[in-house]
Amino acid sequence: MPFQPVKYYQTGTFTVGNRLLPPETRSVQANMRRTNSLNSGHRACQGCGEALGARYAIDAAMEATNRQLVAANATGCLEVFSTPYPETSWQIPWIHSLFGNTAAVATGIAAAMKAKGKHETRVIAQGGDGGTTDIGFGCLSGMFERNDDVLYICYDNEAYMNTGVQRSSATPPAARTATTTTGNAFGQGKNVPLIAMAHGIPYVATATIAELHDLEAKVRRAMQFRGARYLHVFVSCPLGWGHASDQSVRMARLAKETGIFPVFEAEHGEVVSVSKIRKRLPVEEYLKPQRRFAHLFSPQKNLEAIARIQAMADRNIKRYRLTDA
Amino acid sequence: MLKQIEGSRAVAEAVALCRPEVICAYPISPQTHIVEALGELVAAGDIGRCEFINVESEFAAMSVAIGASAAGARAYTATASQGLLFMAEALFNAAGLGLPIVMTVANRAIGAPINIWNDHTDSMSQRDCGWIQLFAETNQEALDLHIQAFRLAEELSLPVMVCMDGFILTHAYERVDMPSQAQVDAFLPKFEPRQVLDPAEPVSIGAMVGPEAFTEVRYLAHAKQMQALSLIPAWASEFHYAFGRAAGGLVRPYALEDAQTVIVALGSVLGTVKDAVDEMRANGEKIGVLGISCFRPWPFEAVAHALGGAKRVVVLEKSLAVGVGGIVSTNVRTTLAPRPVPVYDVIAGLGGRPITKASLQKVFADAVRDELNLTTFLDLDAALVERVLENERQVRRSGPLPENVLKERHAVPAR
Repeated sequence: MPFQPVKYYQTGTFTVGNRLLPPETRSVQANMRRTNSLNSGHRACQGCGEALGARYAIDAAMEATNRQLVAANATGCLEVFSTPYPETSWQIPWIHSLFGNTAAVATGIAAAMKAKGKHETRVIAQGGDGGTTDIGFGCLSGMFERNDDVLYICYDNEAYMNTGVQRSSATPPAARTATTTTGNAFGQGKNVPLIAMAHGIPYVATATIAELHDLEAKVRRAMQFRGARYLHVFVSCPLGWGHASDQSVRMARLAKETGIFPVFEAEHGEVVSVSKIRKRLPVEEYLKPQRRFAHLFSPQKNLEAIARIQAMADRNIKRYRLTDA
Repeated sequence: MLKQIEGSRAVAEAVALCRPEVICAYPISPQTHIVEALGELVAAGDIGRCEFINVESEFAAMSVAIGASAAGARAYTATASQGLLFMAEALFNAAGLGLPIVMTVANRAIGAPINIWNDHTDSMSQRDCGWIQLFAETNQEALDLHIQAFRLAEELSLPVMVCMDGFILTHAYERVDMPSQAQVDAFLPKFEPRQVLDPAEPVSIGAMVGPEAFTEVRYLAHAKQMQALSLIPAWASEFHYAFGRAAGGLVRPYALEDAQTVIVALGSVLGTVKDAVDEMRANGEKIGVLGISCFRPWPFEAVAHALGGAKRVVVLEKSLAVGVGGIVSTNVRTTLAPRPVPVYDVIAGLGGRPITKASLQKVFADAVRDELNLTTFLDLDAALVERVLENERQVRRSGPLPENVLKERHAVPAR
């Protein structure tokens, strides 16, 4: 039988069937001995991007740290759906303190491990965009600035979903939320990956739930560094965005393929790699399936708003060199 | 070992003897000298394995302490005033999670108007957050209370606040007897946490609790605090035996045997109060003092017992519950409810206003004759207040109130 090299994109995504790959390149999730750190049975919505992202990220971190992992979790969907006691989904030591202090709690855990000489035990902090870009931002920046030995993972679904879809500083322009009923304003928002890079921390990366091999690889890479690290994962939310629950991965892929969400890696403040767009698409392809953007298409098409969003995507593509052109 | 040092330095050295593993520091007057001294001690390698973290806010200071304590480390921080309020959410959280953090509060007023001097408004504002609150009368007691605080916190899995008057104690150079490392090691056992974030035995900490169990969880928080009411006096006795001096306990009676009038107070003002009372006693007045060392949990029985013979009680307090009056006095009245006697509030020393013996003796004498108002503001300039109020009645846009009071106080001519 002739040798046929496996290309990740042969199924159109990076989530290629793992059985086609040699064992060492399969995903952590494909391994029977994966840790199921965020175990099944939790209360996340059908199609929850955050649950998918967290499951891959934490299991990859568990593998990378030889299961010596502690997690601090911000208040939010991930915290609420995983732990109405006594039914915790967490198979790792896990603490939830408050909404806005997760990075600092993680700093404390890391300090305790250092004081006790447990250098092999690593610490993750995780939260949604509200807990990261808004209320937890002071503690996050403090943790970065001190270069504390913590990997902070933000699962960004672009609004306060746990409280019923209100705007956050990660909500994109024009998106409709319960507190931006005519669409979020243009020209606002906070680019936390770039702000993280401005702190000069060892590692900053973005990822999406459409490219789970890439997400796992970035968690693994992050764990090769000591000091503050930041991973910003784009996770879709069927409830808050208004798309079918079987479209979550597709939404994340479209965000990347349109240039809406640039996927890259940075070390010590400099971008070192980007995930190229494989088939560039207009932003309309991404906006149209989501009810939060429905007002851009009906009753009349809002050409100006769509053009402005396209311009933002174009800027990303140029800035990060997301296409070879 | 006897030393002539600043109160802050004494506390820092005592904390160092308790072998903390994580110290979080964020500066706020008048707490700064404590964390500065600890930073120096850590840098000099005098505390063994200890992480000293300069955080970006008090909210972060308490949050780092939460993480460290949950990971099984002995955690300490210090704050005051606005800083204590900035960490308020994390204070409830640390108590609710049952984390035995010890914190010094260098008591200071709360703004606005901004004021850096001493009163008790800061820790009083957090009296219901689930922390044990101990009040130091002297620098010696402040350092001794920290040694007791770590043991108490870790035994009960509850956080403890050691409150000491800002500037009056923190910045005063006094002779203190600094215990040896061996003495402290013998008194304070190794920290054995009831819960710990450990990969070998994973637990989830801080999960949501609904109506089906929340009452029981809160009840247990209360019940655990009440356990401190038996532990605190027992360990104060043990401390007395081991270190050769009294410190802590629930209450501190002074000249109470035949006292018909009892002054209740907390903190460093007790020294002035005792001086005032000594002189009144010399003049034949049957008057005594009850110092409150443990404000939370509130020592109902000890207070009721100590005030058992009193015909009237004067509560001298450095805080004001706006719209009510006294805070400590409310607790005293509840305690004395079965046997109603007059409980007079004297609000004193706000924002660092000196509390003089002469002023105290005047209000105490009024109290003895039962001629004191139920709530009295010590040394209040009533005429000034009336002038400010009259101006407000005359002018709609009368301007910022504190500035108007200052204008009157310093008699700045009107423009």
